[in-house]
Amino acid sequence: MSERKIEVPVLARVEGEGALHVKIRDGQVEDLRLRIFEPPRFFETFLQQRDWWEIPDITSRICGICPVAYQLSSSQAIEAAFGAVLTPEIRALRRLYYCGEWIESHALHIHLLAAPDFFGFPDAMSLAKSHPAEVRRGLHLQGLGNDLVKMFGGRAVNPVGARPGGFYRAPSYSEVRAMLERFRAAQDDAAELIAWTAKFNFPDIQRDAPRVSLRHHSEYPMAQGNILASTGLEIDVADFEHHYREFQVPHSTALHAHLDGKPYWVGPLPRLNNNLDRLPDATAHLLEKTGIRFPSNNPFHSAVARAVEIHIAIEEAIRILAAYLKQPLPKPYVNIVPKEGEGAGCTEAPRGLLWHRYRFNAEGKVVKAVITPPTSQNQAHMENDLRQSVLESLDLDDGALQAHLEAGVRNYDPCISCSTHFLKTTIDRGD
Amino acid sequence: MEKPKISVHKFSSCDGCQVQILSLEEELLQLADRVDIAFFAEATSRMNPGPYDVSFVEGSVSTPHEIERIQHVRDISKVVVSIGACGQSGGLQALRNWGDLTYYLNDFYTEPEHIDALPQSTAFHDHIDVDWEVPGCPPDQGQLKYVINSLLSGAKPNLPSEAVCLQCKRDGNVCVLVSQEQPCMGPITRTGCGALCPHQERDCYGCFGPQGGGNIDALGRRFNGAGLTPTDVVSRLRLIYSWAEPFREASRRWEQGAQGAPLPPQPHKHGGMRS
Repeated sequence: MSERKIEVPVLARVEGEGALHVKIRDGQVEDLRLRIFEPPRFFETFLQQRDWWEIPDITSRICGICPVAYQLSSSQAIEAAFGAVLTPEIRALRRLYYCGEWIESHALHIHLLAAPDFFGFPDAMSLAKSHPAEVRRGLHLQGLGNDLVKMFGGRAVNPVGARPGGFYRAPSYSEVRAMLERFRAAQDDAAELIAWTAKFNFPDIQRDAPRVSLRHHSEYPMAQGNILASTGLEIDVADFEHHYREFQVPHSTALHAHLDGKPYWVGPLPRLNNNLDRLPDATAHLLEKTGIRFPSNNPFHSAVARAVEIHIAIEEAIRILAAYLKQPLPKPYVNIVPKEGEGAGCTEAPRGLLWHRYRFNAEGKVVKAVITPPTSQNQAHMENDLRQSVLESLDLDDGALQAHLEAGVRNYDPCISCSTHFLKTTIDRGD
Repeated sequence: MEKPKISVHKFSSCDGCQVQILSLEEELLQLADRVDIAFFAEATSRMNPGPYDVSFVEGSVSTPHEIERIQHVRDISKVVVSIGACGQSGGLQALRNWGDLTYYLNDFYTEPEHIDALPQSTAFHDHIDVDWEVPGCPPDQGQLKYVINSLLSGAKPNLPSEAVCLQCKRDGNVCVLVSQEQPCMGPITRTGCGALCPHQERDCYGCFGPQGGGNIDALGRRFNGAGLTPTDVVSRLRLIYSWAEPFREASRRWEQGAQGAPLPPQPHKHGGMRS
């Protein structure tokens, strides 16, 4: 009988805090648990009794990396509950706002969290010594995304401009004109980023799980569409809970989720795989040139998917910014009239599907809130992926195996704060 | 000379304070040249166990383990800087301090026995001596850089504690409270954000916490005069900084009812656009 044991107190370069525990006996994974023990913050409970118009200012605090996603999923649910319909102009502004968050979150992840793994560095600051131009390009893209969010909300973390029904203020022409110029200047950087990430030295692994994302009839999905699984199941956002279930597991403060009883996979790679026919032409051409075949089931290709989505977001932002300059300044929000009722909202956070549901009383105060973040949806699939990685890499020494598993976790860009949670890696081989 | 060792530690939070550091772009690389980033789990796999010259701590203390962790950080750090609203007041999640933990656990988890949480979410200064506090949800990047630069050059950082209204006036914003009767928290909220909300044509919701000497009850009466009920006033005070003493105590008073007669809007002396 042989057993092995490795322990690492903190998994680095992930957002939030958790632990990975692995026990290997006789060449089999006896136990593998992605432990999330970041303290619960009870958002769904203290949202009860709050007014409808306060919700986006509260839910943005669930995640400092994707506050826009939280604001928009909750706004959409509120609008559904009260029967408010946005104008096409406001929809376009929302998509533009979301482009900012996709760019900054993906650029942060590629350069500060993931890329050091592929070059053997502990962090981006060290990587910047050997690859100064690439890291600087990435940080500039991150800054560009942040600045687009700031145009709508004053700051990139917990921006203050979004409200149910739209925005408090419409951006001025001069702000939009300046932004458009900067976005046009960034197109080449985004194209080079796709080519750079495609050359990373990816481990060759395949992971099979239903891929779940939004699906829109004409656009690459961000804040609108049905929920599509690669199994063929396409449902309305309101029907999510009929097929997708969250449940508690003892080793985690985050809930796990299943689709019809099985783990599933959300995030940039499933989203890209499900929507290859919705890419802007320029992006499709660049993806073709990478030589990587999509759809891909290699979770390490998530890095390329993020670069592709930065490019999509830049192309889309340019289109929307240019159109904005040709129209009269829009009224930035539609009026909301609260009533008793319930509504669901779902948008594509940078790291995957983010689903909200609220029930309101007649005064528009929250009676019940349900929030399903992407990380809890991915957790069961992540554990399966890592279990397979252990079996494929048993001949690696403990240090190398641990590094491989940590990189494997980073592919999913788990936002552990979101699911209210610390990654600590323990590999117990029992010998 | 050896570079100062700095560390960043996360407690119960959304991570946004760390993102403010990770979003410094080029300046993040400059910072890495000037200091030894000895521990910053979200940014680097290098994990130097300390001791540290300066430790930045973010988040609130909400579990028994976090009390031990913050005491340990204090023990191995020359200077401890708390960054953000959670570290300074318990944060938005301190809203649960107003209820009963058992209700919270049972409302959300089917097996609450697996969840370890203290009855209250509290500030670092409730558990250790904190050397400096940077306010805000999230803290302002300019203020963060100022504090880091001050500490690196051996100066004492001095962050203003006046109301955000002064900045707002200097920026030339139209007052959303006076002109639109919006329940703006600016008069009792500490400066530092850059008056972001009035710039976005909306009311401040107090995410930099109480200013040094605001008359909270007078503002409550003004809100009352603008049509808010005492319960609405409580709700305004209980958001991001609900557990900071001035907001906490004022909200308790307003829970008992209005604290004086409502203050209606002042008639415009010179007419103006609304007349």
